[in-house]
Amino acid sequence: MSAGEVKHAGLNLGATDEDAHEQAEPDVFGFWIFLMSDAVIFALLFAIYGTMLGATVGGPTAASAYKIGPTFAETLILLTSSFTFGMASIAMKHGATPRVLLGWLAATLILGVAFLGLELHDFATMTGDGAVPMRSGFLSSFFALVPLHGLHVLAGCLWLVVMMVQVPIFGLDARVKINLLRLGLFWHFLDIVWIAIFSVVYLQGLIR
Amino acid sequence: MTDGLWPALLGRFTWNALAFVRAWENPTVNEIIGAGAAMMVVLGAAVVIAIITVTGKWGYLWREWLTSLDHKKIGIMYVVLAFVMLARALAEAVLMRMQQAAAVNAPGFVEPDHFAQLFSTHGSIMIFFMAMPFLTGIINYVTPLQIGARDVAFPLLNSISLWLTGGAAGLMMVSLVIGRFSTGGWSGYPPYTELGFSPDVGPDYWIWAVTLGSIASTLSGLNFAVTLYKMRCPGMTLMRMPLFCWTTLCTSILMIFAMPPLTVATALLALDRYLGFHFFTNDLGGNMMNYANLFWLFGHPEVYILILPAFGVYSEVVSTFSSKELYGYTSLVLATMAIAVLSFTVWVHHFFTMGQSANLNAVFGIATMTIGVPTGVKIYDWIWTMFRGEVRFTVPMLYSLAFMMTFVLGGFTGILLAFPPLDYLVHNTLFLVAHFHNMLIPGLLYGMLAATHYWFPKAFGFRLNEKWGRISFGCWVVGFYLAFMPLYVLGAGGATRRSQAFFEPAFRPWLYVAGVGALILLTALVSLFMQLWVSIRERDDNRVFAGDPWDGRGLEWSTSAPPPEYNYAVIPAVDGRDPFYDGKRDGDVYAAPTTYEDIAVPRNSMVGPATGILGAVLAFGLVWHIWWLALLCLGGIIATVIARSFVRDVERIVPAADVARIEDRWRRMIAAARPISRHHEMTSANQGLAEVTA
Repeated sequence: MSAGEVKHAGLNLGATDEDAHEQAEPDVFGFWIFLMSDAVIFALLFAIYGTMLGATVGGPTAASAYKIGPTFAETLILLTSSFTFGMASIAMKHGATPRVLLGWLAATLILGVAFLGLELHDFATMTGDGAVPMRSGFLSSFFALVPLHGLHVLAGCLWLVVMMVQVPIFGLDARVKINLLRLGLFWHFLDIVWIAIFSVVYLQGLIR
Repeated sequence: MTDGLWPALLGRFTWNALAFVRAWENPTVNEIIGAGAAMMVVLGAAVVIAIITVTGKWGYLWREWLTSLDHKKIGIMYVVLAFVMLARALAEAVLMRMQQAAAVNAPGFVEPDHFAQLFSTHGSIMIFFMAMPFLTGIINYVTPLQIGARDVAFPLLNSISLWLTGGAAGLMMVSLVIGRFSTGGWSGYPPYTELGFSPDVGPDYWIWAVTLGSIASTLSGLNFAVTLYKMRCPGMTLMRMPLFCWTTLCTSILMIFAMPPLTVATALLALDRYLGFHFFTNDLGGNMMNYANLFWLFGHPEVYILILPAFGVYSEVVSTFSSKELYGYTSLVLATMAIAVLSFTVWVHHFFTMGQSANLNAVFGIATMTIGVPTGVKIYDWIWTMFRGEVRFTVPMLYSLAFMMTFVLGGFTGILLAFPPLDYLVHNTLFLVAHFHNMLIPGLLYGMLAATHYWFPKAFGFRLNEKWGRISFGCWVVGFYLAFMPLYVLGAGGATRRSQAFFEPAFRPWLYVAGVGALILLTALVSLFMQLWVSIRERDDNRVFAGDPWDGRGLEWSTSAPPPEYNYAVIPAVDGRDPFYDGKRDGDVYAAPTTYEDIAVPRNSMVGPATGILGAVLAFGLVWHIWWLALLCLGGIIATVIARSFVRDVERIVPAADVARIEDRWRRMIAAARPISRHHEMTSANQGLAEVTA
């Protein structure tokens, strides 16, 4: 194949990397399929959440349980982490030194952990206010949807750590590059899901 | 023992959980049947382990099979698993038929609770651990060969899927010995399966076995879809793929999108049971209809996940054994795609009686009837393929013909059930049971049996015995009609499904006939094992090493039987739909290439077995509330995946010289073989080289 041709969805890995391109084709495509399957899970949990909005059974409602301040901060942090991961991808493509790449990955990791910290704090506040999943169907559906996204972010953070160990060990070999490409897709996917959570769960809940 | 230590170590396990202890303390027929089944599991495992140990085959088994990433070996292991589980679930079916026949105005010999476990395991196993592994195994073996690839896109993921499925099936087996299984049916409807009504371990066994199987199937679907989209050989455009590849592709897409709803349904039910959530409970805002929707959002596409691969098999078989190009290839592709899409639009017909509006039911009823159209197109295409063909009634062809008759019959009753008013009358009766067995036995089991008979010579290098194949076929067909036609009558007469006893004497004769049918089905399975035994004993007379016993049409017949581990020494290039069939007629398909190159094949990996075993033990820990074990296994799985990502040496090179030696041996054999005409393909004259006629 000609070097300039991108045969897989995602970032072009650079003109010299024909082998990586060849290999990336099924690998990246397969990961897209995984993400779409994962998206079905989130879509269903959104649907369940929608049907359970009214099932508060006299317990906390969306308006009383959610706090706009911290969730807005979480949104900003996660969006920024998508930006820093984008910078990491660009560093990888344009052959920046591993230090620069690792720097951007570290920034993403710090933001990811910060997001998780804030989110856990949110959940703790909700629990303290009596908004626990055992209280009502509505809260059950909230605590299935939003923490599942959190678990994904946790998995993403773990994956970031693994990649930050692999870059110094293996350098930017084809597998490291492809895995960074897939991790990037994963990270941006989580961002999109969060935007949906922020608008559908938090904003909609607080408007009422 | 203090109260604290025992539960911390063993969760809620007590000695009474063992089937043997229960039978010892309370030796009724019912408990002894349970203990007998448990004994068969334990003895079966012990005998297998003993045989492997005595023959010293552990090393061979581990190196050549269990850790192998070769799609062909993984496919065979899937099919073996399917047959083991088929034997258990069929035995349970026979037991249920015997109980019902004995229990008209009488208690019978199986108690209601035990009977409920029987129908729950029978359904769960047949769907998740017989049908799914069976079709996944056949797809695994055949599709990479058919598209001229050397393996699937993700060989390691393939092994992980196999082992997760195997682990889940193991969990089903363990539930016979330790504890008890769910009594909530294969669909596990809450609120009955919630803690309030089923506080025991049964539903937990069901949840985790199904969840593991569901994740494995999602990963398999992903793997096959990427393989078919990205690994086709040069010239193999989508519209030149064999039809089995098309049905595999549609099944894979369905797996990718339809398995997640099942995972969500079981996960939410688990949250209810383990953490006190309220998704499907009766109180505090739970809504069980969400479960019904989630489950059937999976459940209906699942029907087509099961049936489409069989449609692909029939397309291959009918075309090959009629020596004719498949009639209406394009219409078959379109029909397959149409079925795949429509399968997502009909799930509500599983609960017309939910209480939604009549208009909604009408929409789903009409959508359901619409699926009959593309299916009808397929039937006509197969009939036209046979028309004026050189039809040979081999065993796979017999299954195809039995399928066409029987499946159409089941389709008609499906159209009946698609009318909501009529569905109200027979909802939850044996009519429904008759209907879906009438779809799935011809639509899955016959197809997979046709596939095993058709591709067995390719996989093992010798043909299966024809006589025993025919005996078995006869029993599967006669047994099916005797076992299930009476259920239509019973269902229409008001006999409810899942009943341990009946109080209507008029049911008795029909239940007797159905009981006889079940015994004949059991005979059919025994004859299959008999056939395997006889075929292995006579294998030297029936070798087809040259690789083409049926004058095959697709690429899979252009390699030796069994194929070398790398499948193709040189990746083939194709320019039409039946590349091998046409190639035989146009020129020398067996011509040796000028040079051979080194071939990279995936190295063995123990990640698959590790993940599967850890996954099963994790599930076991969750079932019995042994939290330390569950956490340990979860950590183990994560550590395994991370450790694997550091392995760089994942390929092994088959040197060009070895390839040349293997290929030369095969070509010498072809040169020595005598081509046979189609009249002799069922005789020992068949050495796997077809006589080429115009």
